[in-house]
Amino acid sequence: MADIFATASEMASAVAKKEISSVELTQAHLDRIKETDGKVHSFLFVDESGALEQAKAVDAKIAKGESLSPLAGVPLALKDILAQEGIPTTAGSKILEGWRPPYDATVVTKLKEAGVVILGKTNMDEFAMGSSTENSAYGTTQNPWDLTRTPGGSSGGSAAAVAAFQAPIAIGTDTGGSIRQPAALTGIVGVKPTYGGVSRYGVIAYSSSLDQVGPFARTVLDTALLHEAIAGHDERDSTSINAPVPQVVAAAKRGDVKGMKIGVIKELSGAGFQAGVLARFNESLELLVAQGAEIVEVSCPNFEYALAAYYLIAPSEASSNLARFDSMRYGLRVGDDGKRGAEEVMSITRDAGFGKEVKRRIILGTYALSSGYYDAYYGSAQKVRTLVKQDFEAAFSKADVLVSPVTPTTAFKIGEKSNDPVAMYLSDIATIPVNMAGIGGMSLPVGLADEDGLPVGLQILAPVMQDDRFYRVGGTLEAALLSKWGKPILANAPKLGAK
Amino acid sequence: MAEISREDVAHLAKLARIEMTPDELDHMASELDSILGAVKAVSKVATSDIAPTSHPLEMTNIFRPDVVKPSLTNKQALSGAPAKDEERFKVPQILGEE
Repeated sequence: MADIFATASEMASAVAKKEISSVELTQAHLDRIKETDGKVHSFLFVDESGALEQAKAVDAKIAKGESLSPLAGVPLALKDILAQEGIPTTAGSKILEGWRPPYDATVVTKLKEAGVVILGKTNMDEFAMGSSTENSAYGTTQNPWDLTRTPGGSSGGSAAAVAAFQAPIAIGTDTGGSIRQPAALTGIVGVKPTYGGVSRYGVIAYSSSLDQVGPFARTVLDTALLHEAIAGHDERDSTSINAPVPQVVAAAKRGDVKGMKIGVIKELSGAGFQAGVLARFNESLELLVAQGAEIVEVSCPNFEYALAAYYLIAPSEASSNLARFDSMRYGLRVGDDGKRGAEEVMSITRDAGFGKEVKRRIILGTYALSSGYYDAYYGSAQKVRTLVKQDFEAAFSKADVLVSPVTPTTAFKIGEKSNDPVAMYLSDIATIPVNMAGIGGMSLPVGLADEDGLPVGLQILAPVMQDDRFYRVGGTLEAALLSKWGKPILANAPKLGAK
Repeated sequence: MAEISREDVAHLAKLARIEMTPDELDHMASELDSILGAVKAVSKVATSDIAPTSHPLEMTNIFRPDVVKPSLTNKQALSGAPAKDEERFKVPQILGEE
């Protein structure tokens, strides 16, 4: 009997030992999706036949005794921003409705080579612009912990799929917190690797100096296994780093933090954070001290300007990146009556195909880049970026890793912030500086807030290409928390299905 | 004073090739105004002695050998086209508009 509540590592080992087949495991997850996705709405497209075919291929290899990757036969949910050949890929936008890419993203190629079974494409804020999935053109994803709340975003569908046991692992992207924030809000592990650590070939671009692909899972080890499967240099992505992948799996298994210096970011651990979030954060620090780590306080005074700089840099880059959706070669075309010229058809199509937040950011970016305003807005934002980087450099001279809560609050209600863009942007206050500097970070579930019983995430950060450090700290803390609780955090979540 | 007027937004929408309705322009102008009010804080700390950072990695001119490799076929490249004509993308007229 396939156990969908197991970890990905347990599933892979059961498949390798022929205790279950990958087809049975995949079918169990497809059944779970059928049973629960009416409530959660994680998926935009479920590739039932394709997934079963991939699973069958893995089973055939096992029957022949071929050696397999550590995640072979394990099902995965893929954020709908990655191109998968022949599979509808929308980035949550009407402008790409019905588009089936003629090629695979490098991450998808690597997953297929590793024998990972891709179940389908997950919901997201349109073009990854948002923190709640409410900006998806295809409806909002609900948080499995409380269906009236958002799972966070933009990778909310991927996070909800893992938290709802529809898939043990998932892929997301993180431009300003879009992996770490939904991981925190759904009680799972999510990692934004170092910028350039994972190829972005075939990933629909939002803000190219900030975007990064990364893994979700229910345990630190599973997250590390997926991280290692997708990471590495790719000559098709000129921004991918040509250096060995950090040893994240070994670090996740290491299980000690003796002698490590943990830096608490003063500006992100007090005012403006929900009491229950701070309580779980402070408990985590005590547990790390009990495991032999030393806590030091660090100050990052320029972080207060990071959010403002982000909301100039990301829209500026988006206004340029999204110029490719011009209705000429693929995607939606509206208003082509044989009389209108290309420019007019383009303008009508972009009005019809883009949602409100996307238009808002394109216009904002066009403004920030326009002559007369460039220095005051985009130019100044780039200088703030330098200051944020310098804050991180100073902080890492005093500590091996830095920590903060991932988000100021637990999961918010659907609709609560959707009419106030500035309030929505504030939910990313702790995650955004990380993308500005290009470093990597993990969101680890560290308990439930007393006031609402919802998950709280701890953010653990390391310098560029030292991603193994946050896996070492995350793995150690996860084990300490598990022995304290006696059961995984998701055992507290509503059951959703009949099982 | 407002940071951005309705006329400004109309001009930007034209530059960005998005045909907005009058209603959309009204909403967008007031929303952008509140966003700009929040983000202009960057100019407070961005003094002239700070060098700008445009990208997290310090890399320039990544080259690869100029070798022909397998790529998409015409059929694949045209597979998502809104309109096509034989082996070509078919687009609305670009020149000679009235």
